[in-house]
Amino acid sequence: MLDCVPDKELTRTVRHPLPHDSAVRHVTGEAYYVDDIPEPRDLLHVWAALSPHACARIVSADLQAVSQSPGVVGVFDVNSIPGVNDCSPTIGDDPVFAQSRVEFAGQVLFAVAAETEQQARDACRQARFEYELEKPVLTINDALNRESYVLPASTIRKGDPEEAIEHAVNRVTGTLECGGQDHFYLEGQAAMVVPREGGDFLIYSSTQHPSEVQDLVAKVLDKPLNAIQVEVRRMGGGFGGKETQAAQWACIAAVVANSTGRPAKLRLDRDIDMLATGKRHDFRFEYDVGFDDSGRIQGLKVDMASRCGYSADLSRPINDRALLHLDNAYYLDNVTATTRLCRTNTVSNTAFRGFGAPQGMLCIERIIDEIACYLKKDPLQIRRLNYYGKQTRNITPYGMRMTGFEIRSLTSELVESSDYRSRRSAIRRANRECPRICHGIALTPVKFGISFTTTHFNQAHALVHVYTDGSIHLNHGGTEMGQGLFIKVAQVVAEEFSVPLSTVKITETNTSRVPNTSATAASSGSDVNGKAAQDAALKIKKRLCEVAAKKWNTRPDAVQFMRGRVVAGGNSASFPEIVRLAQVSRVPLSATGHYRTPKIIWDRSKMRGRPFFYFGTGAAVSEVAVDRLTGEYRLCRVDILHDVGKSLNPAVDMGQIEGGFVQGAGWLTSEELWWDDKGNLQTHAPSTYKIPTIGDVPEEFNVQIWDRGINQENTIYRSKAVGEPPLMLAISVYSAICDAVSSLSDYQVWPNLDAPATPERVLMAINDIKNGGNAQ
Amino acid sequence: MQSVNAIRFLLGDQPQTLSNPPPTMTVLEYLRKTEHMTGTKEGCAEGDCGACTVVLGRSAYGKIQYRAVNSCIMFVPFLHGQQLITVEHLKTSDGELHAVQLAMVEEHGSQCGFCTPGFIMSMFAMYHNQCPTDRQSIDNALAGNLCRCTGYAPIVRACRKALKSATGDQFDRRESETLGSLSALDACSSVEINANGQKYFAPRTTDDLAHILESHPESRIVAGATDVGLWVTKQRRYLETVVYTGAVESLIRIDIEDGYIRIGSAVTISDAMAVLAQHYDSLDELFIRYGSDQIRNLATLGGNVANGSPIGDSLPALVALDARLLITSAQNTRTVAAEDFFIDYGKQDLTPGEFLERIDVPLPQERQIFRIFKISKRFHQDISAVCGAFSVTVRANRVQAARVCYGGMAATPLRARNCETALIGNSLEPKGIEQVRKALDLDFAPITDFRGSSQYRSAVAAGLLERFAHELRSGERISLWQVQHA
Repeated sequence: MLDCVPDKELTRTVRHPLPHDSAVRHVTGEAYYVDDIPEPRDLLHVWAALSPHACARIVSADLQAVSQSPGVVGVFDVNSIPGVNDCSPTIGDDPVFAQSRVEFAGQVLFAVAAETEQQARDACRQARFEYELEKPVLTINDALNRESYVLPASTIRKGDPEEAIEHAVNRVTGTLECGGQDHFYLEGQAAMVVPREGGDFLIYSSTQHPSEVQDLVAKVLDKPLNAIQVEVRRMGGGFGGKETQAAQWACIAAVVANSTGRPAKLRLDRDIDMLATGKRHDFRFEYDVGFDDSGRIQGLKVDMASRCGYSADLSRPINDRALLHLDNAYYLDNVTATTRLCRTNTVSNTAFRGFGAPQGMLCIERIIDEIACYLKKDPLQIRRLNYYGKQTRNITPYGMRMTGFEIRSLTSELVESSDYRSRRSAIRRANRECPRICHGIALTPVKFGISFTTTHFNQAHALVHVYTDGSIHLNHGGTEMGQGLFIKVAQVVAEEFSVPLSTVKITETNTSRVPNTSATAASSGSDVNGKAAQDAALKIKKRLCEVAAKKWNTRPDAVQFMRGRVVAGGNSASFPEIVRLAQVSRVPLSATGHYRTPKIIWDRSKMRGRPFFYFGTGAAVSEVAVDRLTGEYRLCRVDILHDVGKSLNPAVDMGQIEGGFVQGAGWLTSEELWWDDKGNLQTHAPSTYKIPTIGDVPEEFNVQIWDRGINQENTIYRSKAVGEPPLMLAISVYSAICDAVSSLSDYQVWPNLDAPATPERVLMAINDIKNGGNAQ
Repeated sequence: MQSVNAIRFLLGDQPQTLSNPPPTMTVLEYLRKTEHMTGTKEGCAEGDCGACTVVLGRSAYGKIQYRAVNSCIMFVPFLHGQQLITVEHLKTSDGELHAVQLAMVEEHGSQCGFCTPGFIMSMFAMYHNQCPTDRQSIDNALAGNLCRCTGYAPIVRACRKALKSATGDQFDRRESETLGSLSALDACSSVEINANGQKYFAPRTTDDLAHILESHPESRIVAGATDVGLWVTKQRRYLETVVYTGAVESLIRIDIEDGYIRIGSAVTISDAMAVLAQHYDSLDELFIRYGSDQIRNLATLGGNVANGSPIGDSLPALVALDARLLITSAQNTRTVAAEDFFIDYGKQDLTPGEFLERIDVPLPQERQIFRIFKISKRFHQDISAVCGAFSVTVRANRVQAARVCYGGMAATPLRARNCETALIGNSLEPKGIEQVRKALDLDFAPITDFRGSSQYRSAVAAGLLERFAHELRSGERISLWQVQHA
């Protein structure tokens, strides 16, 4: 039984494809980001100096020439910090400034404040450091060999996989590596700190997690939380990269402001941003799978290892999520997987859209493809065979029962709409001629768990004011990074009061109006903030109903809000009239709202329970063309069918699906982080780090929101979270490239292709096959 | 010579005069810090993301020609005599959105919005240049604008919508007035700036240019500054004297005479490649893979040559086509073959006081076949891992003469001499080409870096040779970028 409001009763806002709240400001350049806010008087510009070495002891530091450089007002290092020298979100292992040693190339040594940004920048170059170099741990293999870990390994286990693999008719083993990914938000990290009276600070930060910035700045300055106010109107992109990684820059600017009494701004340029802030984890997988002749998986064993960088950051929950998504859409009866959290002398890897799940899912999709190649069957057939069942075969490896999981019918629709079968046959026929350019096609599904695995993060607060003219002021703890959260939550509030959207003022996120917030992350933004704002709106609405009922001498439950009016029986008044009546009746017109996600229980020590409220679902078909002489390839066509439940805003959701897919395609193809053998990242700007351009997106890019989608759980208007799941639809691109390369062996061999599948890796995989290597 | 020490330009439609501005201040810095116009964004400070895109208008044949450029690596003095248009200028005086802005709102073309002003300006230039709405034209014009949120699909939709509905805007309606304002800037004389000891010269004749270089041997010659701009924004290098060649009339000419396409060294890549591709159609694809529209509108063929990068996109073509370089100083003029110009990594046959005046590319000969292939991690706007240029003369199905040059395989663009020798007399049949491939292996020992390993570069070099032979045999040019889905 569904308890959502039937669509016909909805009035004017929810479910409509309304433009982003700032669309007009975006296109006119009137939208302010941190660096655009008019600069306060006496603003200091701060620049950070980075370590050139990956692993070294600092023998001496001579900063005299830095202090004497033109325009310099102060030089700040570990000795400038009144509180603790740490900005870690978890276990206290992220120094704000390096102290006695450096743990990665790009670590902050000190900061300079000067009258102009150029002066601060030039001054940084005057420092003289002496180091005693040590041998860095750089790769996953290095770390495994030296048993270098940030945290203990985690394991998930179900059934008896060893036994099942042993007795399986068929068995495949292999390894897979996938690279990391830089967030490449177009706006680099930035913070501006303005001193207030009484030693308080107002911080403008480009962050997904204002409360954590507040918390970490307070600790660094040794102040109570109520002395620090953090505000964020919008970010120029986040993607997880501003969840924990924004704090250090706010902390440094706060140290400057605290010690000079002047406002201070620190804006990272692209190179520093890419050198000094964390990225998606690279992973390495070793797998061993047993299966029957139909292709059904009987036992699976996976050893995983991730490169976490020099500190823990969020590596624990990211690795957990990789384990929890190793199943993707497939039922695994007997499975064991262990992930090792490698400590390396590289930047500390962090949250990135998908949060470990993309890596885990890439591994199982690769395994499925290999099974299909081994059995000479269409991989789609193997996928469908292993999909979770409805009545049976529906318990995940962590013990959660899958309900309302509609991947089968969604897949069937996509197979038809994409013309998968006839295109696959045509490709196979054409590839038989061994043309210079061969094609490949693949369909891959996505099942993505919605909710933070850290259960207490699954809550949100809101604060709604109604003013006496009927205008509404909406505040919640979610942050806007382009994903359209603000417009969605505003749609919810306008819907509740049945007023035009223009009545609802969308405001910046501010920790003094809505405190103790969770990060806007894990795709949860509109689910939790929408519900919290709805809760606040309903409280006010209830009071207004009582006011109107009293006026018209009727029952409160007879009062309705319709199209900007409040009505009951034959009585009717405008929304502002009733609001003014409430004010003179001394009824409060402001309320807080709160929401906690129900039903989730997670026992991390056993890796069992129900960590997710529900699942995001979708599937994609990608076709590629590969030039077998050079390894270059092109994405020719993409078809996507994605379930967003009942969409709050289809235009916003489409944007998340299209954008997430292309970002995922970048991760698996052209985006290559390349470190030299001393641990220096050599691809730290767009001239060398290649995210997709407009030319990488096919003309035939058919994206559909699944019209049969609905959320069985009671989410806000039965919508589904959409931020992260679409990224993983891009695994179909990687699979399609493998399929094309496999054609060169007449589909006898599945290529040993790691990600990102750059033209270089593709050509090497092709040449491996040509040279007869790699055979199974 | 008569010169002024102020630069004059239109900011929107307002005339501006800057006296002795810092010669290496970027246009982006000027907009954001001096004018407090923060609509234009910095995304990378190296001309690779397009968030800083602005449009320059200049008078050409009685019209205004609009070009999108990267403001983050363009120096302020280059604005002299031009109109600078930013995202802030696009709304009408009564607050109505421009057609490209409206389309982007309606098609949901912005998410985080940070790249959006740059896209808007690129689309504004497309709007005024009557850019066709086929996908390739849109991609070529917008590949220099990175967006991390949308996946570009709504931007393509918005672009088509705006271009299809283009009926003229307030800039068209004000065109004659703006032309008047531009001519009133009176920006015809040479410029000589001294900003606290940092000097800038923008001469108008090659004689003046030669004399400036003679008396200022420390000079750094710039034309588009798409490379030198990064020395300033990334390496924080101080350039004592900057000499701008883009105002010298004779250096921005293209003439076809005496069997040569003669290209002035300050001709932009946009202009140079358009003419070259008319004669050598294989340059088409190289052209659209060369930087971005914003870069091609500033960068020059002369800069690409004089800079001498081992992976400079045009260089393998110029060497394979046996182009001649005209090098001039106050004392002397000499001609150097392109292949002899590149001495070693970062070292060219150009001494202080000399400048590259012209590049002479021979017109195609009968029976000459020319092909060039660029390979990089990403199709648009990436630097080559390997670029191979092949120029052969074929008679009776046998190669009679061959010039083959690769970029990305050595410290300079380099001819593949063994490969060339093996090609002579070859029929390009699979068996024959195998011998050529073996010869090619002897030509290079490439390095490993983030653009490709040594092994990969060698494999690609061989692959390009095979592709060339295949295209010659089959007579077809198959581009990966034109193939259709099944």
